[in-house]
Amino acid sequence: MKTTTLKGALLVTTLLGATAATAQDAELIIESWRNDDLAIWQDKIIPAFEAENPGIKVKFTPSAPAEYNAVLNSKLDAGSAGDIITCRPFDASLALYDAGHLADLSDLDGMSNFSSVAKSGWSTDDGSATFCVPMASVIHGFIYNKDAFEEVGIDVPTTEAEFFAALEAIKADGNYIPMAMGTNDQWEAATMGYNNIGPNYWKGEEGRNALIAGDQKLTDEEWIAPFRQLAKWGDYLGDGFEAQTYPDSQNIFTLGRAAIYPAGSWEISGFNGLADFEMGAFNPPVANAGDTCYISDHTDIGIGMNAASDNPEAAKTFLNWVASSEFSNIFANSLPGFFPLSNASVALEDPLAQEFISWRSKCESSIRSTYQILSRGTPNLENDTWNASVAVIKGDESPEDAGKRLQDGLASWYAPQQ
Amino acid sequence: MANSKGKVRWHIAVFLAPAVLVYTAVMIYPLFNTLRLSLFTEIDQARVWVGLDNFRTLFGNAIWSDQFWNALGNNAWFFLIHMLVQNPIGVALAAILSSPKLRFSAFYRSAIFIPTILSFVIVGFAWKLILSPIWGIAPGMLDAIGLKFLYQPWLGKEEYALTTLSLVSVWQYVGIPMMLIYAALLSIPDEILEAGECDGITSMSAFWKIKLPLILPSIGIISILTFVANFNAFDLIYAAQGALAGPDFSTDILGTFMYRTFFGFQLQLGDPHMGSAIASAMFGIILVGVCIYLFGIQRRLRSYQF
Repeated sequence: MKTTTLKGALLVTTLLGATAATAQDAELIIESWRNDDLAIWQDKIIPAFEAENPGIKVKFTPSAPAEYNAVLNSKLDAGSAGDIITCRPFDASLALYDAGHLADLSDLDGMSNFSSVAKSGWSTDDGSATFCVPMASVIHGFIYNKDAFEEVGIDVPTTEAEFFAALEAIKADGNYIPMAMGTNDQWEAATMGYNNIGPNYWKGEEGRNALIAGDQKLTDEEWIAPFRQLAKWGDYLGDGFEAQTYPDSQNIFTLGRAAIYPAGSWEISGFNGLADFEMGAFNPPVANAGDTCYISDHTDIGIGMNAASDNPEAAKTFLNWVASSEFSNIFANSLPGFFPLSNASVALEDPLAQEFISWRSKCESSIRSTYQILSRGTPNLENDTWNASVAVIKGDESPEDAGKRLQDGLASWYAPQQ
Repeated sequence: MANSKGKVRWHIAVFLAPAVLVYTAVMIYPLFNTLRLSLFTEIDQARVWVGLDNFRTLFGNAIWSDQFWNALGNNAWFFLIHMLVQNPIGVALAAILSSPKLRFSAFYRSAIFIPTILSFVIVGFAWKLILSPIWGIAPGMLDAIGLKFLYQPWLGKEEYALTTLSLVSVWQYVGIPMMLIYAALLSIPDEILEAGECDGITSMSAFWKIKLPLILPSIGIISILTFVANFNAFDLIYAAQGALAGPDFSTDILGTFMYRTFFGFQLQLGDPHMGSAIASAMFGIILVGVCIYLFGIQRRLRSYQF
């Protein structure tokens, strides 16, 4: 009997102790899909913030990228989500805002550090309210193996013709797989294929806005041309590319077995650690020498506040800090390849990341064509674009048929295209 | 007994309560709530009653119905492969294992059963690696015996992917019919087989004429278990091909279609109401299948009393 009482007393004191400890500090929990960045948040970003803001404890709790949206939605509906929500761009976050899960941050002080283009990914359609602090963008292009290019004796291609000549030369040389990409996971074909080279053909924002306004159609030459390019890619991908997955492609390239990798800049930090050859990058080749180049500089990560947070003040302090140039510097340099969207200038130490970000000055920036507004209905344009890009690369569908299928799907629900 | 008449027999309720409560909370309530959810839709953040509209969309709108019939067709093929490959192999393995002359039968039995207890994630991932055109051992092994030309990136080709995944699933689950049939075969009394032997029925014909008819009820049960499991399947496809069930939806089955719709995928937002409609359709299909089996087949099977 005595021992039970003692145990009971001990238990009670432990519980009391635990609650007392949490009552002192406001604890912020961050929901994110960037589980790759766990170490950077824990070792660099969070300590830097906590040093400046004693009394606020931050915990980064990411989930798997593919499951993030589903997990987050369920958690928010159940009321068990964290205080800080990492925001997917466009509709996924807009829906959360409309549902009252994300707080309106329009009057947050730090918001003045961002351009309206940067905020477009996380604002209402009319731009009146912004609900996430823009955190990072990713730029598309091609990463190449410098040793391979030297061995084969080719230069960095700047035009379409040079690009295919280079691929042909690498193929003829036979030591390298010309391009590392597979179609098993589907999204690479659309994200690193169609939306990577596409802006050069539909002229970036001009074409993208025309498509949203209904002035252009996916069956127009501007939108079919990238498919015509993709149709030629199939010959230069490795054997069995149909079953090659995304990690397969990454490994093939970093092991030095492939010469070119159609990339997003987010690969940079991972590749730096894995590849033991020198890497370079080139922006998507243009049709004719001297054409203006366009790049996909896609608003990718934002960060907002759970409207049901128990610590709204602490959360706002954190978000203001995320909007500061201090955060931009830590973030951009610990995660080369995710480029800050704030107006503050940031010095990048990584040469590959510097190469990517330098295109911002020589090319026109745009974002992925399917992300704003156009993937709201059923059938989902983004998912269909994955499917169509794969079909075109495999040669199962002609570029014209793919364009027509996408246009029919879009027109079936999107009024400006009807 | 006479004095217990009229008394309320509380102990029955007490003993039933835990099971009934748990089953209600985790099975019956979610099931009916899903059926209920399929009759609503969301308009401007509010849940609105729409009757059977979701089902009208699912079967009447080509965008939805094409996907549904594609998934159902794939599911039927998935089931057919299991019925044609998994269950005959299971029966054959059980027949061989139950032979008293076989040595190391306990070892074989465990070895064949082990994949069943593996997680589908491990199975999906391991087979993806085995069949991978880049790192896989499948191309290398075929090359070693001079059959490299037979190799295809099976999981990436529309015409092979579903069959390949069905066979992977067969590999994983063949242990279950084997075990059930094995148990049924062991329960056949030796007297019957000996009596058959006296009448000149031995070895193979003993299997076909005596054992097989006696294990038919077990085969029936296995068939219906396979049917229910296959039409509820999701995990292996999701682990191997992702929620878009590529290439070009050729491995999309009802489970993945429901998941994609219910929870959303990439830019596609989740729609719990359409998702519930698909889940209800799955429930209906399984219910009909089980009823056909129960009333059409099970009642005609004769059971033998030993």
